Amino acid sequence: MDFAGIIVIQVLFAVASLALISLGLAIIFGMMRVINFAHGEFLMMGGFTTLMLFNAGVNLWVSMFVAAPLIVGVFGLVVERLIVRPLYGRLFETVLATWGLSLLMIGIASVTVGYYEASMKVPFGSVTIGDYTESGYTFFVIGLAIVILIGAYVGLRYTQFGLLARGTMQNPEMAASLGVNISRVYATTFFVGSALSGLAGAVLTPLVSVSPVIGFSYIARAFITVIGGGAVALTGTITASGLFGSVSQVVAFITTPVVGEVALLVTAIVLIRLMPEGITGRFLRRGL
Amino acid sequence: MSTIIQRPSLIAMFAFMLIFLFAVPQFTEIYIINNLTVFAVMATMALSLALVWGFGGILSLGHSVFFGIGGYAYAIAVLNTGDSTFPILLGILLPVLLACLLGYFMFYGRISDIYLAVITLTVSLICYHLIVSTSGGQWRIGKAAIGGYNGIPGLPPINLPGDPSQRLGFVGKYYLAIAVMFAAYFFIRWLLETRFGRVTVSIRENETRSELLGYDVRAYKLAVYAIGAGLAGLAGVLYANWGGFISPVVFNIFFTAQIIVWVMVGGLGTLVGPMLAAVAIQYLVTVLGAAATSEIKAAVTIFGFKLELKNFLDSNIVLGMIFIVFTLFIPKGVVPFIRDRIEQARAAKIHQPGGPDAGP
Repeated sequence: MDFAGIIVIQVLFAVASLALISLGLAIIFGMMRVINFAHGEFLMMGGFTTLMLFNAGVNLWVSMFVAAPLIVGVFGLVVERLIVRPLYGRLFETVLATWGLSLLMIGIASVTVGYYEASMKVPFGSVTIGDYTESGYTFFVIGLAIVILIGAYVGLRYTQFGLLARGTMQNPEMAASLGVNISRVYATTFFVGSALSGLAGAVLTPLVSVSPVIGFSYIARAFITVIGGGAVALTGTITASGLFGSVSQVVAFITTPVVGEVALLVTAIVLIRLMPEGITGRFLRRGL
Repeated sequence: MSTIIQRPSLIAMFAFMLIFLFAVPQFTEIYIINNLTVFAVMATMALSLALVWGFGGILSLGHSVFFGIGGYAYAIAVLNTGDSTFPILLGILLPVLLACLLGYFMFYGRISDIYLAVITLTVSLICYHLIVSTSGGQWRIGKAAIGGYNGIPGLPPINLPGDPSQRLGFVGKYYLAIAVMFAAYFFIRWLLETRFGRVTVSIRENETRSELLGYDVRAYKLAVYAIGAGLAGLAGVLYANWGGFISPVVFNIFFTAQIIVWVMVGGLGTLVGPMLAAVAIQYLVTVLGAAATSEIKAAVTIFGFKLELKNFLDSNIVLGMIFIVFTLFIPKGVVPFIRDRIEQARAAKIHQPGGPDAGP
């Protein structure tokens, strides 16, 4: 029974962290049809920001929930203006340019901070369930993912900006002719997506060792989740991370985490054969 | 090939290059021959993506996966059999099979180009993670230990078919690499002249129209993808043969990014461009790699954080800059860029005021 409980918690954690690392990417893709190939490096930036500020004496929660999203979000605004906007509507070129940005950021990170040795203690201690212990931070990440997803839902469903963003996504020309400044909507979307990536990178910092190439350990999973989920950002992220997180975590339990990742990839490839536009291309198309 | 035959100056240039490349081992040292060998291997790899992306219109971002699997298949098989003939075939066949499998899901699922790019890249990334995780002694296939991050060292060079005592030396490897590179070049030129090649290019130009004309777009794309994969596998075999060594580095994102850069910088839809770009950028990376081991250091203090700049000519920075600058400013690549400039200059000469066809 305790063992089953641990498995459920681990699967929930896998789903939650998958949703966290994918949501920023999914929002940008869903709203702008742009896949940000530097997404992994945005997460890395969030991680480094948190780690460095924390070691410089800033409060952990301030550096995690305020500084990291803000810095990565503002950086995202600059990227949107300089690289994404000139190429808007040209998918191939956007992929290549943001991939270049990814390499550039890895290069700059390894030249400047390099293999920054410091790590931090995982907050919250541990929780005992029968014969097993589980880090309290695991529960924190699960709870946070739920809060962020609800926040994104409320933001898209009930705010003025959410309405404009959804309108722009459905029909940019129509939105523009009704007086919506779509460049500003795109810029804001990119800011929000980048800030969420920064936040995700920051939240996972205590659990990983941040390095310039840490993006690689995230992006394979994040890409697959976004593609599997399809263009409807929020519903897609929830369903795809639910499916892929469970599959990979269960397989990882039986074998190794790497095989779990392979299982995730195979599931995704079979899935896109059946649903070429992702889960939300077929079901729940009217979601958010 | 008709375009070559029509231009005598090109034939002369080509003949000169051929003679030069074959004479090189007569007057240079092993070090240079060794470098030229790997340049030729990389140029072959560039040709593979030039075909798949430049002519097939398939943005295969994780193209290095076929190179890597070719190399690994060769390495594992040659350590088990000793004779290199079968391993070479395996190194071509396995990537083709993988491409067919992957291509079936991607092309027959009719996923969008962007999804295809992401999926291929992800396959490459996960192959990297998978191979890196095989470091323990229990991970072996026959006599070959896969070796995780450290890779598989001590591969015997290619031998004459059926006679393992006759193995290639440095010069032999060089000639083989050069010969394969030219063979690949002419093979692709020939392929593009055939009916198959023309249909492939027409699909790149307008997929819907080709489909309405009755061509099975999915099958053509799958075929060109598989051919490209076989070629990439062959390049991987030659790479493993070149250094007697293969490691998961061939699956990582930097290598696969380099291949994309070669084709992008050289020019989409050309063959010579990516080959030359492969050599030039490979050379640049070699030089930067050498510079990275030397001590170029500087320290900067920003907001109280002391940042040590270890070597600011980091090859990722250079590759990243090339990527961004080219996509934003020279998206067609160098060879088409120069071709356009020459044609513009020519047109400007003809259209001069008072020229032969000066309009109103």
